[in-house]
Amino acid sequence: MKIIILGAGPAGLYAGLLIKKASPSHDITIIERNAADVTYGWGVVFSDRTLASFQRADYRSYEQITNRFVIWDAIDVHYREAIIRCGGHVIASIARKDLLNILQRRCKEVGINLVFKQEIQDLADLGSYDLLIAADGVNSIVRKIYANHFKSRVEPGKARYIWLGAQKVLDAFTFIFRENEHGLFQVHAYPSSGTTSTFIVECDEATWLNAGLDSANEEQSLAYCHQLFAKDLGGAPLLSNNSRWINFPTLKTESWHYQNIVLLGDAVHTAHFSIGSGTKLAMEDAIALATALERQPNLEDALNEYELERKPVVEIFQKAAQVSQEYFETIKRYLGLEPMQFTFQLLTRSGRISYDDLRLRDPRFGDAVDRWFGQQAGKRRTSFAPPPMFTPIELRTLTLANRIVSSPGAQETCEQDGTANDEYLTRIKNCGLSGAGLVMSGPVAVSAEGRITPTCAGMYDTRHITAWAKIVRAIHDKTTAKIAIQLNHAGRRGATRSRAEGLDRPLRQGSWPLISASALPYTPHSQVPREMSRSDREIVHNDFVRAASIAERAGVDLLQLNFAHGYLLASFLSPLTNLRCDEYGGDLEGRMRFPLEVFDAVRDVWPSNKPLSVALSVTDYARGGTGVEDAVIFARLLKKHGCDILEVKAGQTTIESEPAYGRGFLTQLSEQVRNEANIPTMVGGYLTTSNEVNTILAAGRADLCIMDIPLRNG
Amino acid sequence: MRVGVGLPTGIAGTDGQLVIEWARRVDAGPFSSLGVIDRLVYGNYEPLTVLAAAAAVTQRVLLATTIVIGPLHNNALLAKVAASIDALSGGRLVLGLAVGARKEDYDAAGVDYRTRGKRLTEQLATLRSLWEEGSLSPKTARARGPELLIGGLSDQGFARVARYADGYVHGGGPPKAFARAADKARAAWCDAGRPGRPQLWAQGYFALGNDDIEEAGAHYLRDYYAFTGPFAERIAAGLLTSPQAIAQFMRGYEEAGCDELVLFPTVPDIAQLDQMADILRGLGRDFNYTTD
Repeated sequence: MKIIILGAGPAGLYAGLLIKKASPSHDITIIERNAADVTYGWGVVFSDRTLASFQRADYRSYEQITNRFVIWDAIDVHYREAIIRCGGHVIASIARKDLLNILQRRCKEVGINLVFKQEIQDLADLGSYDLLIAADGVNSIVRKIYANHFKSRVEPGKARYIWLGAQKVLDAFTFIFRENEHGLFQVHAYPSSGTTSTFIVECDEATWLNAGLDSANEEQSLAYCHQLFAKDLGGAPLLSNNSRWINFPTLKTESWHYQNIVLLGDAVHTAHFSIGSGTKLAMEDAIALATALERQPNLEDALNEYELERKPVVEIFQKAAQVSQEYFETIKRYLGLEPMQFTFQLLTRSGRISYDDLRLRDPRFGDAVDRWFGQQAGKRRTSFAPPPMFTPIELRTLTLANRIVSSPGAQETCEQDGTANDEYLTRIKNCGLSGAGLVMSGPVAVSAEGRITPTCAGMYDTRHITAWAKIVRAIHDKTTAKIAIQLNHAGRRGATRSRAEGLDRPLRQGSWPLISASALPYTPHSQVPREMSRSDREIVHNDFVRAASIAERAGVDLLQLNFAHGYLLASFLSPLTNLRCDEYGGDLEGRMRFPLEVFDAVRDVWPSNKPLSVALSVTDYARGGTGVEDAVIFARLLKKHGCDILEVKAGQTTIESEPAYGRGFLTQLSEQVRNEANIPTMVGGYLTTSNEVNTILAAGRADLCIMDIPLRNG
Repeated sequence: MRVGVGLPTGIAGTDGQLVIEWARRVDAGPFSSLGVIDRLVYGNYEPLTVLAAAAAVTQRVLLATTIVIGPLHNNALLAKVAASIDALSGGRLVLGLAVGARKEDYDAAGVDYRTRGKRLTEQLATLRSLWEEGSLSPKTARARGPELLIGGLSDQGFARVARYADGYVHGGGPPKAFARAADKARAAWCDAGRPGRPQLWAQGYFALGNDDIEEAGAHYLRDYYAFTGPFAERIAAGLLTSPQAIAQFMRGYEEAGCDELVLFPTVPDIAQLDQMADILRGLGRDFNYTTD
């Protein structure tokens, strides 16, 4: 087979080497537009898993590569005045120049024809070939010529970065965060050649413009960075190699091959540099392509196999890279975190590394995280501390023994008059017996009209006081938990059958009139609610106040108001469900007005030593609906009005507003609201393991976690 | 976890008498359900018709569609057909619905492919009510009508499970893929505040015997899934061809929380069923199931 490879980067060279080794009869030519010894970039990193695949693919180059390696296991984070270290990561790097030299030599050894300094503009110049491997980088000419077939998309990153070197030896992957009058700059630096280090500087667009770096030449950029990081560099000079400030382009390609042309490495995909996987993915592509060509006698089958093998793997890395990229693009959000939490958040940003992973890699770091967490929560220094999930938390004068919240969910088996019966008590007590620090009830109606189903629990009648007092006593006497009640008015989601029969299915008989912000039914089959009048508002207002005083008399520890999931108060918040023209509709301020009035009224009667919480859908997940930015504004306001902790929920505003469900699907939202609005949060979203909970807490993504015990065992 | 077996009605060229005999033997075997799959432009049997026939020759096993392409059907008619099978079988129908993945099926049925999601949602919102009202179908054996499962992997799909259905039915693949989907279904279920947990169904393909039989099975899968392009090869590679593979596959699914795993034949030969029955008994899965 006559094979032409375009591009003599690691992907092209390695693919040529491996294909030629497997079938020496192939006639392979590698064409490169640059000279043999010209290279951009400083060092490339590999993990131990990648190295194992290099070892299998070509032992001789593996040996030469590893001989040239700098291997280290630590990550240092320079933030504010602190340097936090975390070990056990095992990362290896090699200067890109050395890697290319080794691969070039190996290619020559096996008889590959290497042509340098030949720029290809027209594929006709290549003559005939049986297979064309395009490893010509992110600006691949081949991909552009057949753009209609490959169907690729390039998305530029929001941040600016420049790839530099430093004449300095590092002993760790080093993140540096420095703020000056222009904004925040961060450095991703790591050892590369044994005498120099790779030193990537990144900042957001505004900072870059403020610093005048848009009009700075290479020398000026270098001088600026050198001055900014003078302390970290300790006088060591920065090096540049045609370095420019750019936005990282993320490339995704639908089809990886067309006829007898196949794309490889950066020519087909890129992943943000912060997860350091570009060269690794490129060389793994080469291994997969060579293997497929060896296994499949038919070229089309081989290229299919290659694409099938690699595409899912690359997509996983691109997803992780995207999370990491967005983290660095929105890093300002985390600047309020203390160094230890900032570091933990940074290390666990992509979701691939958890609390348990870090503990395994560096037990001392794990202990330090626990100690820090305990210290900031308990306001005193100790030598030993439990994991974050078993760290007590104080909310006003209420102390919870740990960070786990257990809830029986919506219980719809009460008496018709809303009285919580023994079955209700047993289930809620079992949540307390689980070991959780807090038991959170499902929605409890503030009035008969506010019930979701006819057999919902209620808190609106003097008879209810006794029933609730009994429940509170059971929790306080028999468990170590405290008890929280969620007050709810169902609004347009009221008068439905039990959820056992499906969600929001209207009652066949015994229904009652519904009210909502506007006269819009929840589902096409639902009753049309009445738009709330002034007297409706007064009634609901008084219902919440009455419920709060019943809760107080029953001895409830924490009260939560439900502003989530499309129920009455939520219906005011979303422009999708609030079409009012009076002062309770319109812009966000108008839409927040009634829920906030209810909150203030409850806060007034609820004892000032007891915490008050709000459950909020922080995004509608629907076009034209509210987003997290709105939730942040509202959360700040709630905090000012005396809200102690926000439960982060999402969606269910309308039946079309559906989250992308999965393990921990609310975590990211909680983190954003918590750190931008600076308010404690509690979050659920199908959390079932202590590892998930510890990771969330230590990273400052929430303060309490609602656990859904694995449903598998009932 | 319960284990069911599929009918060979998805394999083009399967003889009608074999289908009936297959159903009869399944009822006597260690299986808890009988599954059928659906597509329109292919040489397979219509799944609900098959289950009606199976209802006549079985007493015990659940009769499950994994899945029927719901939007191809008129809602009232589908409600009536399903209610009829439920009544005929004494309440053994488990109706799995999904949008399917082939545009050609929609074209052949004269249904707009682009509206499939919306159509399924409307269908789910009406089926249960039609059964409960009973105005246009026979009285179902169970007051609420057949058990309803939803298949698919879209985000909306999992929200539909929590809103309308009794559970989720997975389309196939390694246990890990099922585990991810099961997490999504359970997360949606919790978020909706539904009591208990969603029923989780899954499926796999088997071919037992010599190399020729395995190849015939793989050939069928490549053909059946040809519309997925290169992915068909991966599906064929997942074919279960040994007791060891079946044991590990079942364990993987069981650990991921699967309630019912339906294993589909890829070769229309009654010996395949007998071998699968032997394997299940050998693995200690030979107790008698009831439909409660």
